[in-house]
Amino acid sequence: MNLRRDVFQAIADPTRRAILTLVATQSMTAGAIASNFDSARPTISKHLQILTECELLEQEQNGREMYYHFNAAKFKEIADFIEPFRQHWDTKFNKLEVVMKNYQKKK
Amino acid sequence: MERKTAVQAEDNRQEIHITREFDLPVDLVFKAYTTPELLEQWMGTKVIKLENFPHGSYRFVTTDPMGNDHGFNGTIHEFEMNQKITRTFEMENTPFTVQLEFLEFKPLSDQTSKLSIHSIFRSVEMRDQLLKMPFKQGINMAHNRLQSTLESLKK
Repeated sequence: MNLRRDVFQAIADPTRRAILTLVATQSMTAGAIASNFDSARPTISKHLQILTECELLEQEQNGREMYYHFNAAKFKEIADFIEPFRQHWDTKFNKLEVVMKNYQKKK
Repeated sequence: MERKTAVQAEDNRQEIHITREFDLPVDLVFKAYTTPELLEQWMGTKVIKLENFPHGSYRFVTTDPMGNDHGFNGTIHEFEMNQKITRTFEMENTPFTVQLEFLEFKPLSDQTSKLSIHSIFRSVEMRDQLLKMPFKQGINMAHNRLQSTLESLKK
């Protein structure tokens, strides 16, 4: 198994992104997170493990329950790094779409 | 809303994957890449040369808001109509060395398509530097705008 998980791989998965969205608003137990998905509990546990390993989620023991927190600082670190580059291309491609739609109409 | 343009750049790798879905038939996206007049419109660059065939070459020149010209060039290695372009990409007069780009055009339906760009760099450091570039440019441009605003206030 990979000891050092890749954060980009971690957020590439739609279920993991959905988990992050859920936990972003409030800390939750693994059971509460799993109840939002149709996937089997072990599958969700695996996703939680990956997200924890790459520090996007943090665990906190509260009494008998283990809660998962969203690590906003870590998430910002990744998003900030790629986002300007992505926006740069998104703007160019939006332009391409507009240019070619006009071209299509003229034909 | 789902983002239309996705960028994947894994840690410690010397490559970038860019994917984009278009609300356009695949042949029109391909055309946007291979017709100089159209390319000029969406890329905001001047097309000096564009030879769409294997062993052909291309050169674009972009003028920045300060009036400086920036040249880009490369050689076409593979060219398959409406399917793929494999080419090198080089930014002239920069510390960046040449990149290898694989562009794949795929139809999703009659009216939609997907473009995948796989860029390979000489090193991880070079890739990371390039990823940070638009960010630096953004800061520089904001700085320049601030500068000119301040200059005009002085008058």
